[in-house]
Parts: sequence; C-alpha cells; structure tokens
Amino acid sequence: RPEAVSRDAAPAAAPAVAAMHRHFAALGRKQVRLMEVCGTHTMAIYRHGLRSLFPAGLELTSGPGCPVCVTPTGVIDAAIRLARIPEVTLCTFGDMLRVPGSTSSLDAERAAGASVRVCYSSLDALDIARAQPDRQVVFAGVGFETTAPTMAATILSAEEENIANFSALVSYKTMPQPMRALLQDQTVSLEGFLCPGHVSVVTGSQIYEFIPAEFGIPCVVAGFEPHEILEGLAMLLSQLAEGRAEVEIQYKAAVVREGNPTARAVMNQVFEPVDAEWRGLGVIAGSGLALRSDYVKYDACARFGVSIPDSPPHPGCSCGDVLRGAMRPEECPLFGAACTPETPFGPCMVSSEGACAAHHKYGVAIT
Amino acid sequence: MNSGRILLAHGGGGVLMHRLITERIVPKLGNPALAPLLDSAILNISKTRLALTTDSFVVKPIFFPGGDIGRLAVCGTINDLAAVGAVPRFLTLALILEEGLPLEVLDRVLDGIAAAASEADVIVATGDTKVVERGAADGMYINTAGIGEVPAGRNLSPKNIQPGDVVLTTGTLGDHGIAVMSRREGIEFTTELVSDVAPLASVMEAMMAAAPSVRCLRDPTRGGAAMTLGDFARESGTAVWIEEARVPIRPEVAGACEMLGIDPLYVASEGKYLVVCPGDESEAALAALRSHPLGRHAARIGEVRAAPAGKLVLSTRIGGRRLVEMPHGEMLPRIC
Amino acid sequence: MCLAVPVKLVSKDGARGEIELSGVRRRADLRLLPDAAPGQYVLFHAGFAIQVVDETYYREYWQLRNQFEELKRAGQA
Repeated sequence: RPEAVSRDAAPAAAPAVAAMHRHFAALGRKQVRLMEVCGTHTMAIYRHGLRSLFPAGLELTSGPGCPVCVTPTGVIDAAIRLARIPEVTLCTFGDMLRVPGSTSSLDAERAAGASVRVCYSSLDALDIARAQPDRQVVFAGVGFETTAPTMAATILSAEEENIANFSALVSYKTMPQPMRALLQDQTVSLEGFLCPGHVSVVTGSQIYEFIPAEFGIPCVVAGFEPHEILEGLAMLLSQLAEGRAEVEIQYKAAVVREGNPTARAVMNQVFEPVDAEWRGLGVIAGSGLALRSDYVKYDACARFGVSIPDSPPHPGCSCGDVLRGAMRPEECPLFGAACTPETPFGPCMVSSEGACAAHHKYGVAIT
Repeated sequence: MNSGRILLAHGGGGVLMHRLITERIVPKLGNPALAPLLDSAILNISKTRLALTTDSFVVKPIFFPGGDIGRLAVCGTINDLAAVGAVPRFLTLALILEEGLPLEVLDRVLDGIAAAASEADVIVATGDTKVVERGAADGMYINTAGIGEVPAGRNLSPKNIQPGDVVLTTGTLGDHGIAVMSRREGIEFTTELVSDVAPLASVMEAMMAAAPSVRCLRDPTRGGAAMTLGDFARESGTAVWIEEARVPIRPEVAGACEMLGIDPLYVASEGKYLVVCPGDESEAALAALRSHPLGRHAARIGEVRAAPAGKLVLSTRIGGRRLVEMPHGEMLPRIC
Repeated sequence: MCLAVPVKLVSKDGARGEIELSGVRRRADLRLLPDAAPGQYVLFHAGFAIQVVDETYYREYWQLRNQFEELKRAGQA
C-alpha cells in the first residue's frame, strides 16, 4: 500500500479518526472524493501528517482557497512595475514575495534595488507611510473575505488621518462563486466541501447554503486544529453515509450562520464586487473586489498609471488543474523536477500553502 | 572635536585608528597574546590536533533582547569549535564599521565581546578594524576565526550516527530567531523572550564526561532544528525520527510562530545543541545536561532508525507523520 | 486562505487595543469588532480582531501547543 496507515492517533484525534473510518466503511465505496477549499486547511493537513490517518479510499483534493495560488501573473507583474518606481515602497505579506511574475518576482526586484518590505499587517504599511511622508507606500492587497476587511479598515484609517502617500494594489477574491464554478464544471466530480474556517468567520456559513440546495452536495465549515479537520471530514462522510446534504458548522468556536456583519459592512463600504480572473479557473462573475468610486484615490494602479496586464500561463504549468481539483500535485509533469520550492513555476509551488508546495514539503509517503 | 562617531579616518591607519585600538579595543580585550599588537599573534599550542573555524555576523538589529552582535560573534564561533569536541582557546576579531556609527555603540558591543570571551575562557588574540563609507554597511559587521585543541580520541561527526541512537536537545528551540524577529520593523511585537545566545563549550564537556561515545552535536542556528537534523540524516544515511510532542518550545516562541505562520522547527537557536548519542548513554547524557545551567530543559526528542534513509521524519502530535524538508528561504510572516 | 489565532484582548482605547497570546503582546485594531471588551478572547488576523471566541477555546488551543509546561512538569524538559 502506498502509505502506511498509522493507527496510533493521539487521544484528541482518536474519536474523529474512528468516526471517519466508521462512516467511510458504512458508505461501502472504494473511493470518495472531497475537496478542502482553503489553502490553510491544505497546509494543516500536510503539516500534521493527517493523510496517514485517513481511510485508504478517501481522496482529498486542494481547492482554490489560497490567495497566492489564484492571483494571476498579471497582478504580480503590476506589483513589480509599482516596486520599480523610485519613490514607491511596495509592502506585501510574506506570501507574495517569491511568487513568479512573467519575468521577475518581488524578492528579485528587492535584490535589484527596489524598495520592497514585508509586513505582518496592512496597518504596518500605513505606519511606514505616516513615518516617511516623502515615500509613496503601496500595499499589495491579496486575500479573501478574512483579509479584505482589514485592508478596508486600513484605508478608512488613512482617510481619517488623510495620509496621502498610501495606496493599494487591490486583488481580493471572494467566496462562494468559485465553488459554484467548480460544481458547474463536468470534469470535476466532487462529493463534499470542507469549507474555509476563517473566511466563514466573516461571511458566515450562510454563503454555502446554495450548494446542498442546488447541487445536493454536503458542506462542513471546519477549524484548523488537526482534530477539528478530522471531525469536519467525519461529519462530511457521515452526511454521505446517511444520504444527507446540508451546511454544518464544526468550527462552532468561531463561526455562526451570519458571520461578522461589522467586518462585512467595513469591507462593503470601501470595496464593491467585480468579476475577477482566477489562475486556472478564468474569469468568474462577481468573485473579486475593487475600490468604490469614493476610495478610488487609493488605487495604486490608477495613481501611478500602471495597468494590470493579462497573464499568459507558464508553458507546461498545470496549476489550474490542481486548483480545480482535477489533478493531484504529483500528477503534474513539472512537479518535483522543473517545478520545486526553489524553482517554482506556478504559485501552487511558491505559496507555502499551495497544494504542490505542501505536498513537496510534507506529502511524500513515508513507509 | 570628536563627534562621538566613527569617522572614515578611524579606518585610515593613522592616529585616530591607533587611539581607537589602544584606548577602546585593547583595554577591553587585553591579554599577553594581543598586547604586542604585532602583525600576527604568536600562540603557544601543545602538539594536539587543532580545530579552526570562521564565521561572520551581520545580525540586525545590532542589539536584541538577550544579546548583541558582539556576544553572538564570540558564542557562535566557540559553539562551532565545541561542536567538534575542541576546547576553544583563541579568537580573531575583524570589525567592519560604518562611517557614522556612534562610538558608544562600538563600546557596548566590545563589552559584549569581552564578557562572552571571559565567560567562555577564551582570548581574542588578534584583530583588524576597517571603516566603510556611510551606507556601505549597516552599522557594523563582525568576522571571526576560532582555534581550539581537540583532545585525543574525540571524533565527533554525523558519520558516526547509527540506527538505535537517541536524539537529544540541550534545551528549548527557536528562542534566538523569535527574539530577534520581535524587533524587526514591520513586525514588532513585545515579549519577555530573550535570545538564548550562550557559549556551549562547558555543556559539551559535561556531556562527553557522562557519555563518552556521543556521536555528534551541532548548534541549530540558521534553518533551525529542521536544517540540522536533516543534515544529520543526510550525512549519515540514516533516518532521524522526531516526536513533535517532545520538542521543548517556549510558549512565547510557539505564540509568535502561530501568529506569524512560521514553523518553530525552522527557527534559529544560538545557545543549544542537538545531540545524537548511543541509546545506552542517553540517560547519563540527559542527567549531566540537566544539572548544567545551560541544559536545564534538555530533553530526548527522538531516535535514529534505518528507514527512510537520509530523511528527517516528524511524528506529529496528533499521531500522523510526515517528512520534514530543508527550509528554502527567508522566514517570513504569512497571512495564509 | 487565512491564518488567525485566538488571543486575549488586554486593553482597549477606542478602535485600537492590545492583545496577548502565550507571552507575546502586540497592538491590535478593533474596527472590525467594536464591541469586544478587555478580558475577552478574540480571533486575531493580520493585526485585526475579527471575532469573539470563548475562553475554553483559547485555553485548549494554547494548551495543545504549550507542551513545554507539561514537559517541565513531567521532569522531561
């Protein structure tokens, strides 16, 4: 058997592991394919070695929930063009530093002399702008509904303190539209979604309710602790075994049906839904965010006359198929050879959460 | 008029440089080998085998909770010598100073060097000072070399590692990396955590006395335990298995790593050894370590097996298992 | 998608505050969770509090990671 299945699950996980195996057996099927939408789930599954606890036939594919993975090359190229402007200091989360654009990356630009800074929070970038009025500070805004409200709040702070030398490269994505796109794509056969925990803290679990209603597919919103992920998977398998399809919340500690209305209000005050391009999925209606007209002065692209070029995929890179759950990382011809963490082709290898990076770093079977 | 700062002239070999050396550096580090200030120091070495190492230090900021670039330079060099079983004896000290560096900063760093050297009973036998234009360096950099005597019969190396051996840590991991990161711009957080930077020669001696056939030891600095234990596995062709639940990580390090999205196994320590010793000597080694002030939190964290050869495997807290790969770049805070 | 950790809100001054987690303290922005009160436990993401969680969740979360105390008690560390 490819992977040694370890029975010695720690106490915290033993009940969930047992339930997973019990429900899987009750299904009486050789294989079940589920998707974990969120990149942070992908990382936790690999980092805690959870696959070695799964029933052998449980197939778990990684979905489009990793902001770096789904950011089109064109956005990276725009960030690089902004970073090259002499008076600009380009601030970014660590996640974006090594993502390859079509010809360069932010860490390569930093080495070549561009002012590129890694920040823990968009507020840190605003501090830099306040402290250095002669610089133009641009924050590379990527992420989903957990992170977009933090950017919106930072822009409102900039507005209140009228900090004029602060702007943002906006490339936020939202759920659940890409999940709908996946379900409408015949090449992808999914039987259940493990839904993102922290996005749902903001959106609430309500946004997934169309999935069981229209597609008859079970959804469980899970936390990120190993036993929470295992419990979430056990709940999905239990729904399948009992022929149910509904939205359940495993992550009750932090997620409610309505989410965090204040965070959404702040997000919707500054941003409005727009169509967005997803790496590997193409353009999806209403799946991104852009600055509303009242705040367009914070749009770095407009401020510096930088357009976001369209992004031809890297030749031979099948990140798109991996993101759509149509291909496992090791099935990609470039995986582990041309495409490694040191020489990443697509963002699925560059992002520490990307399905390929996580698999390359942690996923090789241990016998 | 002295502006209280390093001037380009301090690097010019003239009176300013002469006064810098005789009035600031030598008084703090003075010893018979250094005093003559010849072009080379003449050292009395017995006929045993010598260990020689070199290292450079560019830590930023220069002062961090629990230490400074000077203390780091001495300890880092000593710990590399003791890692091969050598008794550290002499250090060289090359200072590269940026024009405009406050002399007060240089004094504090020299104090750090002097304190660490005396703590470890080594002497700075010779040195050099250069000054570069403002902006060409970041405050100051230090390069060192270190010489030590290797007693007969000591051959510490990862090549000695065999299946059945035990893996120990002399204490908590990741303290230094997080202490320094807490001061980095754009990340700032406050913590009582201080760097663990410390000279480890006496820890090595205590362990060798209790467990003479220790296979090897190494300080997990850049790249952390993942890098060092991975090297052990690769260099010995064995499989190193670590139990995540047994690795001692301070709460502040665990907290900062969770907040920043960093794996503590990749975070640097500057006052710890990872040790591999035969199974039947591990209890003696642990007891010796725990009675040493720098080994109070020593722990057994894993064992050596035959398979998967050349790999580092982590048995996770939850009962799963996975391979631990070499880190591949900077340690960066992530949101996702 | 997004890393967030349970922390304790130790002080509050309008829309800003300070949080503490396992011996680490940092400033926090409360604009996305204006009703959070000092002494409560919140989820912390990229410098912002985004939801209130209960104390047991915070204790369990850090207890799982804080094996150092357990190892010390067991005379192991």
